[in-house]
Amino acid sequence: MTLWILMISVGLLTFLTRLSFIALLERIQLPAAFQRALRFVPIAVLSAIIAPEIGYPDNALFLSPQNPRLLAAIIATLVAYFTKNVVWTIVAGMAAFWVLGL
Amino acid sequence: MEKTSSQQFLLGVKDELPILVGVVPFGMIYGILALGVGLNPFDAQAMSAVIFAGSSQFMTVQLIREAAPWLVILMTGFIINLRHALYSATIAPYIKHLPRRWKALLAYLLTDEAFAVAALNYQREGVTRFGHWYFLGAGLALWTSWQASTAVGIFLGAQVPEAWGLDFTLPLTFIALVVPALKDKAGVVTAVVASLAALAFFGLPYKLGLIAASALAIAAGMWMETRR
Repeated sequence: MTLWILMISVGLLTFLTRLSFIALLERIQLPAAFQRALRFVPIAVLSAIIAPEIGYPDNALFLSPQNPRLLAAIIATLVAYFTKNVVWTIVAGMAAFWVLGL
Repeated sequence: MEKTSSQQFLLGVKDELPILVGVVPFGMIYGILALGVGLNPFDAQAMSAVIFAGSSQFMTVQLIREAAPWLVILMTGFIINLRHALYSATIAPYIKHLPRRWKALLAYLLTDEAFAVAALNYQREGVTRFGHWYFLGAGLALWTSWQASTAVGIFLGAQVPEAWGLDFTLPLTFIALVVPALKDKAGVVTAVVASLAALAFFGLPYKLGLIAASALAIAAGMWMETRR
């Protein structure tokens, strides 16, 4: 029961955050600078999610060629750049990760 | 020729499909983890529908295990989800003409992965008559596979060895989304600053590093854009 109250609270919080500007925009107009900033949001947030996943395996900074995640991520970046294909990027990245991690 | 609602819907599903490759293992890992901390299968599955946000679900499960106080769980959930407010602001201008029930539905479906696909499509195509059906297609494709992969994770239990490192498909998915979106110097600067700042701010509590790094990177991108 307590779990459900917690679950519904977190769920509601998530939903309201996602709804926030969608609902507000009926009434307010976003400032121009804010609108210009929005183009950079996906790039910024996704990059900021990626980097620690790569650089902090096991919660410790590990920026070295010995880190299979780092090399695999570089390979995946190159594949993404040249193919622009999500599946190939994931396949190449995972293959590199497994081979390098052996 | 303007695309019909069903054409848009199917196009949204189609563009979301490659991303599911990275989402499905993540959903399965969530299912395995949720059972691992002692949730029963029904509650673990329900959380995927009620919260429907990967990182919040992982956080909630993690904090339940650590028996963290409620307020901390809620605050952490809020901070982790702050980026969704940015997504909301990004999407809002494109769907502001829609009826409320559409807005509520699309807000519920506004995850990282649906946002990435829908926002890039809106940036390419602008507002079209049935553009929101594209968003719905992408969002529902993700929703369905998230529920299904949670279920698979729950039933597999701990049978997938951790050594497979399936969690690594998550950053790979995001790399696949970000790299093709880097079309100019300002975009590249944003990505580089965000990555370095996120590494530097990793020690900050409650995932604040994610928010700080994003804000810094957005500012850097805007600065680069105005500099000629």
